[in-house]
Amino acid sequence: MKAEQISVFLENKSGRLAEVMRALGAAQVNIRALSIADTSDFGILRIIVNDKDKALAVLRDNNFTVSKTEVIAVEVPDTPGGLSKILDLLDAQKVNVEYMYAFIERHSENAVIIFRFDENDKAIEVLQNAGITILSSQEIYTR
Amino acid sequence: MIWNQEFETLPREALASLQLKRLQATVDRVYATVPFYKKKFDEIGLKPSHITSLKDLRLLPFTVKTDLRDNYPFGLFSVPMSNVVRVHASSGTTGKPIVVGYTRRDIETWGELMARTLTAAGIHQGDIVHNAYGYGLFTGGLGAHYGAERIGASVVPISGGNTKRQIMILKDFGPTAITCTPSYALHLADVARDMGIDPARDFKLRVGCFGAEAWSENMRQQIEKTFNIDAIDIFGLTEVIGPGVSSECLEAKSGLHVFEDHFIPEIIDPDTGDPLPYGEKGELVFTSITKEAFPVIRYRTRDLTRLNAQQCVCGRTFVRMERITGRTDDMLIIRGVNVFPSQIESALLQIEGLEPHYQIIVDRKNNLDTIELQVEVNEKIFSDEVKKLEVLEKRVVRDIKETFGVSCTCKLVEPKTIARSEGKAQRVIDKRKI
Repeated sequence: MKAEQISVFLENKSGRLAEVMRALGAAQVNIRALSIADTSDFGILRIIVNDKDKALAVLRDNNFTVSKTEVIAVEVPDTPGGLSKILDLLDAQKVNVEYMYAFIERHSENAVIIFRFDENDKAIEVLQNAGITILSSQEIYTR
Repeated sequence: MIWNQEFETLPREALASLQLKRLQATVDRVYATVPFYKKKFDEIGLKPSHITSLKDLRLLPFTVKTDLRDNYPFGLFSVPMSNVVRVHASSGTTGKPIVVGYTRRDIETWGELMARTLTAAGIHQGDIVHNAYGYGLFTGGLGAHYGAERIGASVVPISGGNTKRQIMILKDFGPTAITCTPSYALHLADVARDMGIDPARDFKLRVGCFGAEAWSENMRQQIEKTFNIDAIDIFGLTEVIGPGVSSECLEAKSGLHVFEDHFIPEIIDPDTGDPLPYGEKGELVFTSITKEAFPVIRYRTRDLTRLNAQQCVCGRTFVRMERITGRTDDMLIIRGVNVFPSQIESALLQIEGLEPHYQIIVDRKNNLDTIELQVEVNEKIFSDEVKKLEVLEKRVVRDIKETFGVSCTCKLVEPKTIARSEGKAQRVIDKRKI
């Protein structure tokens, strides 16, 4: 099961991130998790939101370049070694992590880690076989 | 399709004698009526009677843009103002514009030439022509307008600007042909898509005549695909008459036929001024041979091209000029290497998904010329992975280096941050202070 992330191209100049947030806020879109990758002249904002279609539409209306990306949201116990166990599983099967970010669930003792792998489908198989919980976009939002 | 079968397919020999007769009449006229030309002829001891063959064209002195500017506004008119029914002027980005005049007969000639141009693109009576060239002092709008009326097409004189309204009209009036600058065509497509309209499906356009700025073959393919039309390159300049100096034919789309019964083209070496044979690349020079109010003698266009005398499949006997690849004055000299913006565009558009929304920023840092290419990121080339975007930047840098041997940097910028033109796009920003 894959979750959907929205990626936004940002030029590296002041005020751009604020504009994204203003646009999403005005459209009542809530952000559950985010990360920013940056280089010297541009950045990529990656967000998981409650209403991705609305978020895409409102960002396009504001002339941002956006894309929908499939990512994998994994639930791990918020305890020492939680992430390590998952990475070991994937490493054993030679699945590579392109990028990842994490947040803590509001209603449980778990953390959620958002992964983008080089081979998403293979990663899902590996994780499911090991009995790891994979969340949908909707589940990410309600946990 | 050919508008004027008799003249456009005139055998070369008959054309040459017609050209000579008309050239002699033009030289007589300017010598007698324009003090500027008389003075220039007298300085080199040239009399109109010395012009006895077409080869003698090279005896005539060149006319350059500053000559036109120095005689601002009406100093080069060859008829009294009372015979001038219209004036136009070049945009004049620096200082005073260049002003040209037309007699009633000149306006007739111009209409004929634009009728030929539109007919060469396959436009005919029954077509609806969306004319988005600017109306006013700029020659584009009224030039295309008169040509379209001459062939009996229905003209929508929309002019430039107010793009959203243009999209509505393109959708509702269903024009079958469009005339505008190539960069404005792509801007129209952008705005249309923003409005949820697909330019290839929701418009009835079949053909477009694009000119007034240099554009590449790749850009043609992009426009053709975007609108699902044939895109025809047309050429002209205010100083010579406006649009209607030369045009591609729909049959070949390979070079622009110069209307040689009205203008004699030459290619010269821009450094020495020596005439070059057909096939060699150099600066394009025009002598008008039928104009009354504003004849020009060996006017140096600063456009670089070559002439092709091979017979064309369309049946026209006129020579073809290659699409303009650059200008002697917008040629960038980067660390001693000649670079034309059109070549950079061509290299950029080879990259899948890239759109021609770019700007070339030239600067000089620590006495070294630098080029930064700013390229807008659209959804086709965007990726959520940093490394894929960095690969794209590197590819641009590598392609430019391989093509020109000069290093550049590439900066990806957000969409619609590079200024869109309603007319001619500004592709180059040269910040060098030399």
